[in-house]
Amino acid sequence: MLKYILKRFVYIFIALFLIITITFFLMRLAPGSPFASEKSFPPEIEAQLNAEYGLDNPWYIQYKDYLISTAQLDFGESMKYKGRSTNDMIAESFPISLTLGVEAMILAVGLGVLFGSVAALYHNRGVDYVVTTIAVLGISVPSFILAGLLQYFLGLKLQLFPISGWNGFIYSILPATAIAVTHMGFIAKLVRSSMLEQNNSEYVKMARSKGLSKWGVLFKHSLRNALLPVVTYLAPLFAGVITGSFIVEQIFAIPGLGKYFVTSITNRDYTVIMGTTVFYSIILLLAVLIVDILYGFIDPRIKLRGGKKA
Amino acid sequence: MKKRLLPLLLLVLIMSVLAACNFGGDSKEDSSKKESGEKAQELNVSIMSEPPTLNPQMATDATSGTVIKNVFEGLTRVGKDGKPENAAAEDVQVSDDKLTYTFKLRDAKWSNGDAVVAEDFAYAWKWALDPKNASEYSSILYAIRGAQDFNEGKGKVEDVGIEVVDDKTLKVTLTNPTPYFLELTAFYTYMPVNHKVVEKNDKWFADASADFVTNGAFELSEWKHNDKIVLAKSDSYWDKDNVSLDNVNIQMIESQATANRMFTNGDIDFIGGDFQAIPLDAIEGYKKDKSLQVKDFAAEYWYKVNTTAKYVDNANIRKALALSINRQGLIDNVLKADQKPALGMVPPAIQNYDEKAYFKDNDIEGAKKALAEGMKELGIKDAKDIKIGISINTSEAHAAIAQYIQEGWHKNLGIEVAIDNSEWQVYLDKLSAKEYDLGRQGWIADFNDPYTFLEMFTSADNGNNDTGWEDPEYKKLMGKIVKETDTEKRLAYLQQAEDIAMKQFPVIPVYYYTTTYVKKDYVKNMDPNLMGFIDLKWVSVEK
Repeated sequence: MLKYILKRFVYIFIALFLIITITFFLMRLAPGSPFASEKSFPPEIEAQLNAEYGLDNPWYIQYKDYLISTAQLDFGESMKYKGRSTNDMIAESFPISLTLGVEAMILAVGLGVLFGSVAALYHNRGVDYVVTTIAVLGISVPSFILAGLLQYFLGLKLQLFPISGWNGFIYSILPATAIAVTHMGFIAKLVRSSMLEQNNSEYVKMARSKGLSKWGVLFKHSLRNALLPVVTYLAPLFAGVITGSFIVEQIFAIPGLGKYFVTSITNRDYTVIMGTTVFYSIILLLAVLIVDILYGFIDPRIKLRGGKKA
Repeated sequence: MKKRLLPLLLLVLIMSVLAACNFGGDSKEDSSKKESGEKAQELNVSIMSEPPTLNPQMATDATSGTVIKNVFEGLTRVGKDGKPENAAAEDVQVSDDKLTYTFKLRDAKWSNGDAVVAEDFAYAWKWALDPKNASEYSSILYAIRGAQDFNEGKGKVEDVGIEVVDDKTLKVTLTNPTPYFLELTAFYTYMPVNHKVVEKNDKWFADASADFVTNGAFELSEWKHNDKIVLAKSDSYWDKDNVSLDNVNIQMIESQATANRMFTNGDIDFIGGDFQAIPLDAIEGYKKDKSLQVKDFAAEYWYKVNTTAKYVDNANIRKALALSINRQGLIDNVLKADQKPALGMVPPAIQNYDEKAYFKDNDIEGAKKALAEGMKELGIKDAKDIKIGISINTSEAHAAIAQYIQEGWHKNLGIEVAIDNSEWQVYLDKLSAKEYDLGRQGWIADFNDPYTFLEMFTSADNGNNDTGWEDPEYKKLMGKIVKETDTEKRLAYLQQAEDIAMKQFPVIPVYYYTTTYVKKDYVKNMDPNLMGFIDLKWVSVEK
C-alpha cells in the first residue's frame, strides 16, 4: 500500500513537470504580451518592465527560473495587479471557491444518488420518467443560463435570496445550485444505470427472495456496488468544482479563484497563469490518487500493490 | 471493521473541509447610524473589475482612476462645470511666458495626520518618471521640463523642472506653454503620495492597510480584493464640511446583467459612467420610463487605417470608406445610447473648440465618386477586387458595429470586407505592428483639449499613431501648437491640423461617445463630467 502511494507520487511529479513545461511553452508561443497597452509608453519603460519580470532573458533561463520558483511554490508577482503576489491571490480566493465547490458537491452527490436510486427502483414507471427528465434537463441546461434564471426568479422576483455577492451562507445557495445541477443530473444517470445492472444480478434477486424490502436491498447491498462509477467521477468533479466556475462566479460576483484561470490567460499575466495551472494540477492529481485509494476500501476486488501482479 | 471505518472516514473528511469553509460573513458592525444618532449617508455602487492598482503613479485604467481620484486630491480638480479649480493648491501663479507654474498649497492633512507638503507632490512625480519604477503612464508628465529625458534614461533627475521652494510652495517649469496643464494636475498620475510613509514601505498600495495614506475627500477603509472596496469620509480632509457621504460601498461586479438586477432591486444606487455600464438590452427600458440620463463624453470611437496596407494606402479609398458609413443608422439600431455621429476628429464634449462636420453622414454618392477615383489611381476595374479587413478585439459590441459597417460597405461600394477578431492583448500588438487594414479604437481624452485627439498623428513613429500616416504640413502645425501662447491662434492651428487629417483620413471617425446612467431618486448631484468622471465629493444621498 505504502509502496503504491510512493510510486504514485513519483508519477505525480513527472506529470507536474510535463504540465509546467507544456504550459510554459504554450504561454510563450501564444501571441500578445502582458504589457501591451492602448496608450503607448517609451521603449525604455517596456525594457524595464521586461527586466523586472525576467522576460528579457533567453527562454532557457526563463524556463529554469520558472522551474525553480515552482519547486519552491512561489509564483511571483502578478503582472496585471501591481504589488500582488500570485500566492496571495490564490490564498485569498481559493477558500471561497472551495466552500462553494464543497457545497455544490454535497448537493450534486446527495441529490444525484437519491434521484438515481429512486429512478432505478421505480424503473419504467412515472417516477423514473420524471427523474430522468429532470436529470437530462440538468445536464443539458448550461450553468450560466441556469444561474441567470435562478438569479432573476428566486433573487429578483421572489426576493428569496440575495442577487449577488459573498456575505454569508445564504449568498452561496444560488451559485452552488447553479454549479451542482449539471453534475447532479450526470450522477443521477450514472447511478440509475449501474443500479439497474445490479438489480438484475443474482445477489440482489437472492436478497429480494429472502424477503428483504426494496429499500433494504438498496442500502444493504446494491448501492455500494452501484456507487463505483460515481466514485470514479468524483475526482475530476471535485477538482473541477472546488477550483471555481468562471461563469458562475462572474454572474454572482463571487471573489473566487475561477475567474483567475480565464482572465489571467486573456491578460497574458504569465505568473498568474503558471500559478493557477500548477495549483489546479496538484489538486486534480491528488484527487485522482485519493479516489484510487478509496476504491480499495469500497471494492475489495481492487488491490493496490504497486502494480505488481498478485 | 473496515466497513465501519469508511463512513467515519468520509464524515471526518467532510467535517474538516466544512470547518475550513469560508462564507465570508460580514463582521462589520451596523454602520448605518452615526455617533450623533442621525442616519449615515451611504452610497452603494459597483465597478466592473478589481482595480489593477490603487497607486496613482502606476494606474493606467479608468477603474483604478475612479477610486484613486476619490481618495487622493491633486493640486487641482475638475469642477462641476468641467473647468479645473484649485484643490490641494490654494493659489496658482502662472508666469507671463506660461512656462512656470507656482503652486501655493493650502493647509491640508494626510489621513495619518501629517501635513500635505510640496515634497509629497515632487516625490510622487519624480517616482513616476524614474525609469526604474516603470510607470506605464509616465508620459502624461512629459509636459514638465526635462521629464521625458529623465524617463527615457537620457537625463538626470536634477534637471526635471520640479522645485520644492518650501513646504507650501511647489514650482513647476514646463517645456512648452501647456494651456491644459491645470487639467493635467487633476489627473491621477499627478496625485501626491505621503513620501514619509511611501519611502518606508514600497508595497504601501497593495492593501487598505495603515500605510495607505490619502489626502482626498475619502479614505480607503476596506479593500477586499476582487470583492469590494469601502470608502469612508475622511475626517482630516480640509473641506470635509462640503462632503455629504459617510460611506461608499463599491462592489466589484463583472456582469452587467447582474449589476442591473441589483439596481432594480435597490442593492446599488447608480449604474453608468465610471460605475458599471447599463447593459445594451436594458437601455431601451430605461429610455421608455425616462430614467435614462445621457451626457456628452470626451471620447471617440474610430477606425484607424493602416496607411501602409494594400488598397487602404490610397486616400480616395479611405475617403470612400469614411463617407459610406451610415452612422445614424448604426446608433439607432446597434448602439442605442444617443451617441453622436462622428464627422471629425474632436468630440463636441471638448470645450472652446468648433467641432466641424467634415463630410456628410452616409454620403453614398460622394463615396462612390471617391471610390471610382481611387480605383483609377490603383488601376482596379472591379470594386469586388478590393479586399480589406476590419480588426477588432473580441467583444459582442465591437463585432456588432463591425458587422453593420461591413454590410454597408459591401452593399454600397461592392467591396469585400472581412472581420478579424483577436484577444485584447494580441489585438494591441497587432495594431502597433501594423498587421491590420482597419482597426477599431476608442480614444478617451485624459484632459479636455483637442490636442489629445490630434497629437498622436504628429509623426509616424509616435507610439500611439499606429497608422503609418504622417504629413509635413500637419507636423509643422503641431510644432507651432505646442509653442503658441495665444489661445485664439493655437485653436486656429489645431483646426487647420484637423482639416488636413480629415482630407486624408488616417482615421475613419465612427461615433462620439456619450455617458449613459441611471440613478435612484434619492441620489443627488451624481453626474459624470465631460471626462466621464464622477466626483463623489459632491454626491449626497437623501432618503
